[in-house]
Amino acid sequence: MSRTARRAAPLALATIAALALVGCTDKPDTPSSSTKAGGSGAITVNATDTACELSASTAQAGTVTFDISNAGTKINEFYVYAAGDRIVSEVENITPGLKRQLKVEITEPGTFTTACKPGMVGDGIRSDFTVTGTAAKGSADQKVAKAISDYRAFVATESDKLLAGTEEFVTAVKAGDVAKAKTLYPTARLPWETIEPVAESFGDLDPRIDGREDVIEDGMKFTGYHRLEKDLWVTGLQADSNAIADQLLVDVKEIATKSKSVEPTALTIANGAKALLDEVATGKITGEEERYSHTDLWDFRGNLQGSQSALETLRPVVTERNPALQKTLDARFGELNKLLESHRVNGSFVSYTKLTAADIKALTVSLDALGEEVSKVPAVVESK
Amino acid sequence: MTESSSAAERSDAPTPVAASPTSGGVSRRRLLGTTGTAAAVGLVAGAGVTYAAGRATADGTPADAGPGVPSLDAAIDFHGEHQAGIVTPAQDRLHFVALDVVTKDRAELVALLKTWTRAAERMSAGAEAAPGGLVGGGPFAAPEDTGEAYGLPASGLTITVGFGPSLFDGRFGLAARKPAALENLPAFVGDQLEANRSGGDLCIQACANDPQVAVHAVRNLVRLGFGVVSVRWSQLGFGRTSSTSTAQATPRNMFGFKDGTNNLKLEDPAGLAEHVWVATKDEKPVAAWMVGGSYLVARRIRMHIEIWDRTSLQEQEDIIGRDKKVGAPLGQAKEFDELDFAKKAPDGTPAIPEIAHVRLAHSSNLRGVKILRRGYNFTDGTDGVGHLDAGLFFLAFMRDPGKQFVPMQRALASKDGLNEYIEHNGSAVFACPPGTVPGQFWGQSLFTT
Repeated sequence: MSRTARRAAPLALATIAALALVGCTDKPDTPSSSTKAGGSGAITVNATDTACELSASTAQAGTVTFDISNAGTKINEFYVYAAGDRIVSEVENITPGLKRQLKVEITEPGTFTTACKPGMVGDGIRSDFTVTGTAAKGSADQKVAKAISDYRAFVATESDKLLAGTEEFVTAVKAGDVAKAKTLYPTARLPWETIEPVAESFGDLDPRIDGREDVIEDGMKFTGYHRLEKDLWVTGLQADSNAIADQLLVDVKEIATKSKSVEPTALTIANGAKALLDEVATGKITGEEERYSHTDLWDFRGNLQGSQSALETLRPVVTERNPALQKTLDARFGELNKLLESHRVNGSFVSYTKLTAADIKALTVSLDALGEEVSKVPAVVESK
Repeated sequence: MTESSSAAERSDAPTPVAASPTSGGVSRRRLLGTTGTAAAVGLVAGAGVTYAAGRATADGTPADAGPGVPSLDAAIDFHGEHQAGIVTPAQDRLHFVALDVVTKDRAELVALLKTWTRAAERMSAGAEAAPGGLVGGGPFAAPEDTGEAYGLPASGLTITVGFGPSLFDGRFGLAARKPAALENLPAFVGDQLEANRSGGDLCIQACANDPQVAVHAVRNLVRLGFGVVSVRWSQLGFGRTSSTSTAQATPRNMFGFKDGTNNLKLEDPAGLAEHVWVATKDEKPVAAWMVGGSYLVARRIRMHIEIWDRTSLQEQEDIIGRDKKVGAPLGQAKEFDELDFAKKAPDGTPAIPEIAHVRLAHSSNLRGVKILRRGYNFTDGTDGVGHLDAGLFFLAFMRDPGKQFVPMQRALASKDGLNEYIEHNGSAVFACPPGTVPGQFWGQSLFTT
C-alpha cells in the first residue's frame, strides 16, 4: 500500500470545451492573409512589442486559424487560453519578422482569451475571444468507452488470479508448510500489485491486506500479507497465524468482488498507471515493501505490469491524440522491462539484497525516464 | 553581455520589480538577506546583516553597484559569440551538475540538446521553462515548469553547457571529433578523488544572483533529460570566489582571504583571447566546432577550515602570500599592487615566501600561463566526525587545460603551503562549445557539421 493516503480524486471536473490543437506550422512570409479552405477566413494577429491586434474577436466553432506576424523587436508568443489560464494552444519562438500559423480546433462555444507575449515574460497582451456554435467531435469518445471496458476486464482477471493465488497460499500457511508458503508468497500477491490503485480505493481493506508493520494506523492490528511474511521469514508461524490467514482470504474475496464493480474513467486509469510507478519509486526500489522476504522485485514486476496494462487499454486514445507520446511510452516500458527481467534467474527474481548500488541506480534512472512520460498521459486522455 | 530587459521577470508576475525596490515583488534573495536590488540601485541595505553589506568595499560603496555590471535582477543575454556564464560578471550563486548520457541513441541526445537550449533561453529571460509551464497544462497535467522560480526576476541567470571526454568514447559517433585538448586530467600529488564527485559526459553550470533561480534551472533541465541523461554528481555554491569584471569587488574564500584579485577579466579581451577562447589554429579541422568555446576545469577542494582557523594570522598570510585585510601582496600596500617576488622582508627572507600560493600560481612563474577562475564557496553538511564539509568549488575556463591548468596544479600540488589545509576530492573537465544565435542549439556544430 502507499505510505500516505491519496487525495480523493477530483469529482468530474466539467470539461471546459471540446478543444484540440490541430497544428501550427511555419508559413512562408507572405503578407496576404488569404482565406483558408474549410472554414472562415484566417484571423490575422499583428504582434508588436506593445500591441496584439486581431482582425476578429469571434469565430465559429470548428478549426480556427490564426496567422501571427511578429512586427516587433522581441521574440513573441501567441496563446489561446481557456478559463484558469489553461492553454488551449500556443505557438512560441516567433522571432522578429517571422510569420507563424496556429490552427485550433474548438468544438464548443465559449469565451476564450488570446494573448501575445513579447519577450516571453509576463501575462501578455490579452483580449477576449468568443466562439459561437458547435462542431462535430472526433471519434475519441468511442475509444475511451472501449478503454474503460477493457480496463474493467483486466481488473476482473487480475482479481480472480489474486483470489486463486491467495487461496493456495493460505492453504500452505495453515498446513504449516513454511517452505511452500514462502515459494507461493511473491506470486500469490503479484496480481494485487497490478491493480493496487483500484484495491486502495476500498478504505480499510487495503491496510488489512497489505499494511506494513510501520504504517499501521493507531488502533489497527498488523495483519494480512506482510504479517504472514514476517511469520514465515523471521519469527516462525505464530499461534494466531491461521486466524490471520483466514482473515486474509476473507478480505481478498471481498476485494475481488468489489474490484469488479469499479467504474473507472480514462483519467482514473491513467492516474492509476502513474500511481503504480510512484509505488515502485517510493516502496519497491527502496526495498521497503518486502523487508522480511526481500521479494521486492516481484512487486516491482506487478506494479510495472499493472501500469503497462492500464495504458495498453488507453493506447488507441493516446495514439490518436499524441502518437509521439505513445511511441516514447512503448520505448520506455521496453527498456525498463528488459532491465527488470535481467534480474530474473531460473524464472525467479533475485532477492533485493543481491542488488548492487549500480543495479538500483540503473533501475531508478529507467524508472524516472518512464515515470516522466507516463505523467503526461492523464492530460492527454482528459484533454477534451 | 548586456542587460537585455529591465522588466525581465518570470512569466505572469504582476509587476516588474527590477526598476523599483519598493514595488510588490519581493525576491527570495532579499528575504534571505543577501544581495538584492537595494544594493543594485545603491541604497544602503539595512542592519548590516546583508550580503551586500558584507561585500561592500572599504569606502562603503556597495560591491556590486559598479558600472558595467548588470543589475542583480536583470536578464543576461543567452545568445552570443561565446556562451554566457564564462566572462559574465560572476553571479553570487551556483548550481553545477554533471550528467551521464544513458541513451545509446544519438538522435535522442541531439533532441535533448535542442530542447535544453530552448528551455535555457526561456529561463535566462526570466520565463518559465516551457510556455504556460506553471498552470497552462490544465488540472490533469503535471506542470511543465516546476514553479519555484515563478515570479522571481531573471536574477542574472546564465546556463552554460559542457561536454566531457567520455562523451567522445564512440557511443555517439563523436570519437573523431574529440578535441586534442579535451583529456582527463592527470593525477596530481595529494589527490583524494571520489568517483561520485568526478567526471561526467555533460555538465550544466547555472549561475544566478538568487540560489532558487539557479536550482530551478538545473532541476528543470534534469527533468527534461530523464531517459536521456542521469545526474552523476551535483554541487551547490553559495558565494562567488572570483571577480570576472573590474567593476566587481574581489570576494573572499572560506579561508577569509580575497581570492582571484589577478583574475582574467571581461574588460581584457586580448587576455581572454590569449588564455580563454579556443582559436582556429588550436585544433584540427575535425575539432573546429570548439572554436570560440572554452575548456572548463572543475575541482572540488575540501578545506579543513577547523585547522585553518587555529592558524596564526602571520602563517595564514605567509601561506597565501597576501595581507588578509586589504588583500595586498606581502611587501606591498594595496590589493592591486604588482607582486614583487624579489623583495625581501626585514629578516632577509622573501617577502612572499617560496611556498606562498600566489607565488606558485602566478603567471610569471608559469611561463605566462593564466586562467579565468570562476569558483564558488560551498558547505555541504558535515563530514560525519564533527566538522563542516566546506571548501571551494574551483571552476576555471581556459584555452587548453594541458598547457594551463595542469602545469599550474603540478606546481601547487608539489609545494603549496595550502596543501596542509585542503584536499581535492572531485575533478572533471569539460569542453564548453561556443555560443549560439537564435535558432541554433548547444553544440550544433559538433553534431551537424
